[in-house]
Amino acid sequence: MMLILSSLVLNYRPSSIAELENTAYKRIFDFITDGAVWQHEGQQKGLEKQMKFAYFPGCSLNTTGLEYGWSTRAVATALDITLQEIPDWNCCGASSAHWTDDWLSLVLPARNLALAEQMGLDVVAPCAGCFSRLRAAESVIRQPDRRAELQEALGMPLNGEIKTCSLLDLLANRVGIPAIQNKVVKPLTGLRLVCYYGCLLVRPPGITGFDDPENPQSMDQLMKALGAAVLDWPCKTECCGGNLATPRTDLTLQISGNLLKTVYAAGAEAVVTACPLCMINLDARQKEMTKRFGRLFQVPVFYFTELIGLSMGFAPETLGLNRHFTDTLPLLSGQALI
Amino acid sequence: MNKFRNRIMEAGVDFPACYQCGKCTAGCPVAFAMDYGPRQIVRFLQLGMWEEAFSSHSIWLCTACDTCSTRCPRGVNPAQMMDWLRVEAGRQGIVAEPKVKIFNDTFLKLVEKYGRVPEVELVIRYNLRSGQVFKDARLGPAMLRRGKLHLIPRRIRGIGSLRQVFKRVKQ
Ligand code: SF4
Ligand code: SF4
Repeated sequence: MMLILSSLVLNYRPSSIAELENTAYKRIFDFITDGAVWQHEGQQKGLEKQMKFAYFPGCSLNTTGLEYGWSTRAVATALDITLQEIPDWNCCGASSAHWTDDWLSLVLPARNLALAEQMGLDVVAPCAGCFSRLRAAESVIRQPDRRAELQEALGMPLNGEIKTCSLLDLLANRVGIPAIQNKVVKPLTGLRLVCYYGCLLVRPPGITGFDDPENPQSMDQLMKALGAAVLDWPCKTECCGGNLATPRTDLTLQISGNLLKTVYAAGAEAVVTACPLCMINLDARQKEMTKRFGRLFQVPVFYFTELIGLSMGFAPETLGLNRHFTDTLPLLSGQALI
Repeated sequence: MNKFRNRIMEAGVDFPACYQCGKCTAGCPVAFAMDYGPRQIVRFLQLGMWEEAFSSHSIWLCTACDTCSTRCPRGVNPAQMMDWLRVEAGRQGIVAEPKVKIFNDTFLKLVEKYGRVPEVELVIRYNLRSGQVFKDARLGPAMLRRGKLHLIPRRIRGIGSLRQVFKRVKQ
C-alpha cells in the first residue's frame, strides 16, 4: 500500500496550489477510504478535460484568415479549451521556405516549438500550412543528432517532448464528437456540404498522421454531427494551387475553378475547409473565375469552425461569417440558420 | 553528374526504383501546365539528363502537394525530387519561372525583417520586383474593407535573435 501511495504522490505534478489542495489530498483520502481505483481514474479523466494548449495562430489568423481565428476562439471557449498564444511566435516559413531551403524550413517552425516547450504545453495550429511545417520540424527534433543541429542553429534548447496537433484533429478526435454534439443548439439541418481537406492536413501521412490521406473522415464526421448533409465528392484532398496564387494566378484560378465546378456537380451548396490558403484561393477569387470561365461562380466557403460555432448559437458576426468574399449569408438565412 | 545522383538519393529520392507507371503524373494537380510531368522528370534522372531536369518549368510549378509521393507504388518520392531540383537549380541560377522565385525570396526577406509576414508589404514588393504594379489591385482594397489586412507591419520582439538564426542558416 505504501508503494501505491508513494507512486501516487510522486507521479502527481500539480499545476497550481489550488489543484494540489483539491485533488492530491482528495485522491489519497479516497484511496484510503476504499473505492480508490475508480475515483482515481475518474479524476484523471476530469483533469484531462481541462484542455490547455500553446496556440499557434500563424500569420493568417489575424489577417486574411480572420474568420478562422475568431471562430476558433469562440468554439474553444464554448468547449472549455484554453488557448494560450505562444508569446512572440514567428512565421513558420510556409511554402516559401519549403521551396527555397530545406534547413530554413525546419529551423523557423522549430523556434516556435522551443517557445512552446518553455510553456510546457502541446501546440495547436489551426492553419493546415503551419501545422504541416511544425510537424515536419517535430519529426526532425525526434532524431537526436539532428536535434542537436537544430538547437545550435536556433541558439535555444529543444527537448522534443511536446506535440503539435491540428485544430481539426483536436476537435474531431480529442475533444470528440459527442462533446461537440452536446453543445449544438441549432443543428445545420438542410445544409448540403462537401468537406475539403486539401494537401497539408493529410499529406505526407508520415508527418501529419491523424487521418486517411486519400479519404479523410474527421471533418465529414464533425459536419454530420452538426446535422448537415455531407456529400461525397472526388476532390477532398486535391490541391487548391497553394502558393502559386500570387506568382501564377492563372494556374490557381484554373485549379481552384475546377474544384468549385465539382462542388456544383456533387450537388452541394457550400465547401468546408480547415486551411486559410485554401480559403483565399477558393473564396476570394470567384469573381475572377466568373469572368475568366464565362459562368457564374458563387459557392460559399466556410471554415469548419465557423459552422461549429454557428450550430452552437454564436452570432454570424462573432464568427466572421459576414467577412467572406463570396457571401455566405443568403445560404444561411435561406436555411433559417441566421 | 554522379554527384547529383548521390546527393538527391541521400535526400531520400529513390529515382532508380521508378518503373514509369505514371501514377504520379496522373494525380498531379499542375501536370496540365508543366512542360514535363513528374514521371518524365524522374525519367530524365534515370537517363542522366540533369540539365533538362534543372531547366524545366515543372520544378517551379510543383506545389509540393505530395500527392505523387503518397501514391507512388515504388517509394520514389517525386515531391522530394521536385524540392531538391528546385533548390539546386536556384543555386545554379537556372530559374525557368522567375516570378515564383521572386515571390518566395520576397516572402522570406520579410520574415527575416519582421519575424512575421506583412501581407500588404509582401504584395507591394512582389509587384514592384516582378514588374506588375497593378496585380491584384482590386483584391487588396477588398481585403482591407473586410478588416483582413494591417497596413503597418509589426516586428516580433525576438527579431534580433531570429536574424541571427537566418545568418547561421545561410552559412
Ligand atoms: S508513381 Fe512512382 S513509380 Fe510510378 S511513375 Fe511516378 S515515380 Fe515512377
Ligand atoms: S508534389 Fe508536385 S509533382 Fe507531386 S503531385 Fe504535387 S504538384 Fe505534382
